[in-house]
Amino acid sequence: MNNFYLSWKNIFAKPLSALLTLVLFALGVGLISLLILLQNQLQSQFDKNLAGIDLVVGAKGSKLQLILGSMYHVDAPTGNISIEEARPFLRPGHPFIENSVPLSLGDSHRGYRIIGTQENILGLYGAEIAEGKLWQEVMEVTLGAGVARDLDLRLGDRFKSSHGLIEDDNLIHEDSKDFRVVGILQPTGSVLDQLILTRTESIWEVHDGHAHDEEGEHDHADHDHGKHEHDDHDHGDHDHAAHVHTDSLPAAKTEVPLWENEGKSITSLLLQFKGKGFQTLNLGRQIDENTDMIAASPAIELNRLYANMGVGIDGLTYLAYLIIFVSVLSIFISLYSSLKDRKYELALLRTMGASRGRVFGLILTEGLILAFLGCLVGLLLSHVGMNILAGYMKESYRYTFTGMTFLQEEWWLVIGAPILGLVAAFIPAVQASRTDISETLGES
Amino acid sequence: MLQTENLTFAYAGNAPLYFPDIVCAAGEHALLLGQSGSGKTTLLHLLGGLLTPTGGSIRVGNTEISKLSGAAADRFRGQNIGIIFQKAHFVKSLNVEENLLLAQNLAGEKTDKSRIKELLTRLNVGHKIKAKTTALSQGEQQRVAIARALVNRPQIILADEPTSALDDANTEEVIQLLEEQARAVSATLLVVTHDGRLKDRFANRILLTDLTEKQ
Repeated sequence: MNNFYLSWKNIFAKPLSALLTLVLFALGVGLISLLILLQNQLQSQFDKNLAGIDLVVGAKGSKLQLILGSMYHVDAPTGNISIEEARPFLRPGHPFIENSVPLSLGDSHRGYRIIGTQENILGLYGAEIAEGKLWQEVMEVTLGAGVARDLDLRLGDRFKSSHGLIEDDNLIHEDSKDFRVVGILQPTGSVLDQLILTRTESIWEVHDGHAHDEEGEHDHADHDHGKHEHDDHDHGDHDHAAHVHTDSLPAAKTEVPLWENEGKSITSLLLQFKGKGFQTLNLGRQIDENTDMIAASPAIELNRLYANMGVGIDGLTYLAYLIIFVSVLSIFISLYSSLKDRKYELALLRTMGASRGRVFGLILTEGLILAFLGCLVGLLLSHVGMNILAGYMKESYRYTFTGMTFLQEEWWLVIGAPILGLVAAFIPAVQASRTDISETLGES
Repeated sequence: MLQTENLTFAYAGNAPLYFPDIVCAAGEHALLLGQSGSGKTTLLHLLGGLLTPTGGSIRVGNTEISKLSGAAADRFRGQNIGIIFQKAHFVKSLNVEENLLLAQNLAGEKTDKSRIKELLTRLNVGHKIKAKTTALSQGEQQRVAIARALVNRPQIILADEPTSALDDANTEEVIQLLEEQARAVSATLLVVTHDGRLKDRFANRILLTDLTEKQ
């Protein structure tokens, strides 16, 4: 029959009032913990996928969108750039550029993006082949580990790509050739795990195969903004005869270096510099000013994004602190008002030999238990919530988040909550320890 | 044994109350009779160490309890003085057994479940050991209250109007129980009451009359 047991019993003798206090405290702690988890994992995802990329070059538009679309694969691309424009940066021998990775976006398979690129993309993310081999011929694909796992694809499997970046059966390129899985990569923990990789020419093969009349202004990237406004563009009704579907492409065509193609386009270029000199800083500005392309620095754009996100997160954090303040108030009020009902009980404890200190400790313990339990429930809520959220994020962004992690910052909540409980219970505890036994007993 | 000498007490802003000297031998049973408002409860609280006298002394055994202070007084009270109130009160969130365990714990005694079971059985409420105190009848509540007062084998049992809410039959039973149980632990029993029905049962009777005059 220690203080802990007695406090526990007293708290749950009034289950509704205890519940209200617990829920309030749990909400406050849970919100803070969720924000910590989200911010931490978001940043670590962003950082992990920086992959040493110094500059992203793409069509004119929002730089942040360019970064998000080409590096993180969460936003639509800004548009396409022609090979001719990209040629100086794509062709080897640029004095500042160490590595240049072309990306062609716009198609997907069951929600996973198909990226037309070159094999030097693997170096960015330190990826290695787990099974099979790297793509070589047109229409051969190598899968990121996550894609293979989630779609249960194996070597030799075939599929048709779908137009746009969202899963939609109506947009499948029914009339184009099948993609063929020739390899699967080892997990890298980066965005590469969620991508389907192929040669740039495969994308051209699928798209330029369409003999669209409106091909001129039919910019693929423009279709990718979430909506499918191309009802006029009914894939099913295409005259198959009009497509240049040769089963064996002329070998020569595949051997043309990418930068020597004419009249073709890609979506963007990921650049790594040889050094971070003054000229490299200028390069971005020169691209912005002198070409139809833009160059975005991931570091700058991400900092801007964090700053913007920070405003929202700060706002929510203040809200969480407010909720915690209210819950501390609620612990205080519930303990303080319960004193009136329990005055006689407290006097009784004193007559049975309890010292003032014991009664003081009893009420403090009640505050402590309420705050600690509230904190535990809150952490549980936030981690379960984070896991649910992770499910949604995985579905819509193909990024893996988890609630099954405990961050260092969260220990501060575990330490801080009991302290708040003690603070809330202090005045009621003092009041309780001052109960005048004789007077209280005489009143009844 | 219990002994008071020149005991006085004054409520703030009131004239002091002078109490008659009380002498009770160990194991003796005494009745303290007085009308409502005669200062009975005040005296009981003084004897129980719930109030500190303004003057005079109270000795329980060899201890001058009016000189104990703070936690020492609390502990002495828990171990040596069992108090039964007019209306039985319990810690509502605990069951019967837990209330008695609490009494042992608060007095700094070791908890002893077999003692509790035995005591409750002897008082005919053994079957209520796991019951909520609010689910007990008034008679049962009074018995559990007696058990609680006795659980630490106190030197002195103070009973404040233990029968005022009871009918004749129950009054007889409760007084009998009190006397029996006090004898069982060789405690001094002091019953404070205005209940005339009890007058003839006690040889040692102390009458409280006008306390505002020095005795």
